[in-house]
Amino acid sequence: MKLHEIAHSRTGDKGDISNISLIVYDEKHYELVKEQVTAEAVKEFLKDIVKGEVVRYELPNLHSLNFVMGKALGGGVTRSLAIDMHGKSLSSAFLEFEIELDK
Amino acid sequence: MRTIRIGAGAGYAGDRLEPALDLMEKGNLDYIMFECLAERTISIAQQQKLKDPTKGYNNLLEHRMVKVLPLSKKNNVKVITNMGAANPISAAKKIKEIAQNLGVTGLKIAAVIGDDVTSKIENYLDLPTIETGEKLSTIRDSIVSANAYIGAEGIVEALRNGADVVVTGRVADPALAIAPLIYEFGWSFEDYSLLGAGTVVGHLLECGAQVSGGYFADPGYKDVPELWNVGFPIAEVNENGEVIIEKLLDAGGVVSKDTIKEQILYEIHDPANYLTPNVICDITELTIEEIGKDRVLVKGAKGKEKTGLFKTSIGYKDCYIGEGEMSYGGSGAYERAKLAGEVVKKRLELIKAPIQELRIDYIGVNSLYKETLGSQIDPKELNEVRLRVAGRTEKREDAVLIGNEVEALYTNGPAGGGGARSGVKEIVSILSVLIPSEDVTIEVIYEEV
Repeated sequence: MKLHEIAHSRTGDKGDISNISLIVYDEKHYELVKEQVTAEAVKEFLKDIVKGEVVRYELPNLHSLNFVMGKALGGGVTRSLAIDMHGKSLSSAFLEFEIELDK
Repeated sequence: MRTIRIGAGAGYAGDRLEPALDLMEKGNLDYIMFECLAERTISIAQQQKLKDPTKGYNNLLEHRMVKVLPLSKKNNVKVITNMGAANPISAAKKIKEIAQNLGVTGLKIAAVIGDDVTSKIENYLDLPTIETGEKLSTIRDSIVSANAYIGAEGIVEALRNGADVVVTGRVADPALAIAPLIYEFGWSFEDYSLLGAGTVVGHLLECGAQVSGGYFADPGYKDVPELWNVGFPIAEVNENGEVIIEKLLDAGGVVSKDTIKEQILYEIHDPANYLTPNVICDITELTIEEIGKDRVLVKGAKGKEKTGLFKTSIGYKDCYIGEGEMSYGGSGAYERAKLAGEVVKKRLELIKAPIQELRIDYIGVNSLYKETLGSQIDPKELNEVRLRVAGRTEKREDAVLIGNEVEALYTNGPAGGGGARSGVKEIVSILSVLIPSEDVTIEVIYEEV
């Protein structure tokens, strides 16, 4: 199933760095996404867009993960050639990520 | 326990005004903050100021203040905003003029200055930029502005001196909220736990409706009642820094655990170390609790001593971007759009257009995600595709060539292209350096009516 079914997300931008939050609707899914949505997996999933390192921060208090992705915005918001120069729509791409619920 | 109510009046330079006026009328507010300054906005404002020394503040300042000042006076709501952009002094004079025209009297307007360190740029040329690691000297001749993200000090001073309206240039966004809390509750600039809590308040308010149902709706998953009428948020803060986020009951939107979580993580990197001029904020022990309809209690923020460095945005003339677009429809639309893209690329090569970087998008297929999700879509099913070609050049005349070649697809490209559009943008980009906070002298200048 897609992440979209159990979680939501918002993208933020600073320079050429994009951060994507991953927030599960139901707290019981936090451990599951923590296990399956690793920094490596996200880097692989978004490899056409994210050219730099992906760092994952865990926020068990908010049942959320925060992914900070370098070289993700085509050289930076102010100079990117992309239509969506802020990478605002990356959160929707991210929620297409496939996870296994009963793993 | 005493509480202070701060409303959000704007979350970006061009934000809607009606929800702000609703809050000032019905929100029982003590303060309203208008956050209107993105990273690049101040650099563009600096250029406006160079052309006309009386300009360089937010373009909507007058539009907003004509409505805001009477409500501020009537309901005793103090206004804090970074709409001064590159020219807080002229903004304050403009606000005074507007007040006079409206017949609003007994108003003290404060301009906070000191963030503009452009004149000291020679001292910083050896500093590495945060984004590239290269020395600032590599862009020396292109630099147009340098503005430090200053803290809450100037705004606090203005409030202590009785200001009703405080207008700043570049300040850290949360400072717009921390300042009234420091002033009202007598918080110390060394009490980092409280400043951490204040940072959370500012961070939750600084994007306006983004915490109250704006930029949140996803029908069937995250439904937002009456999004068309979304209200701006109110923060009710007590002297311990605990905050309740809410909205007007008759406004659209929603305030929930989930809207708070999305906004608290927005533009945050390391959640234990969110760097601001006044404090290093830590949200790893934050708790969020729904305590009523559209009322959420947020507490548990922590803070550590500030770094003593100010992030400083360096605006520089970077390049030009030329663009052209054309639509293709019906059967084979994607094939024809791809053919058109190849044609434009080859023709730009033929005329030896000096393009540093070229990007060809098929809007409806891959303009947002390149191949990441593109492979999951069958383009044959598309009713229409829009070709977009964008290229970076050093000179304006070269950027024009890109749009010209796209437009030439009308008579020289694949069948059925329509709706050509083209344009050229001058790009002022931003790089950042860290400068010692001692380099910045904050001053407050007053106007009265």
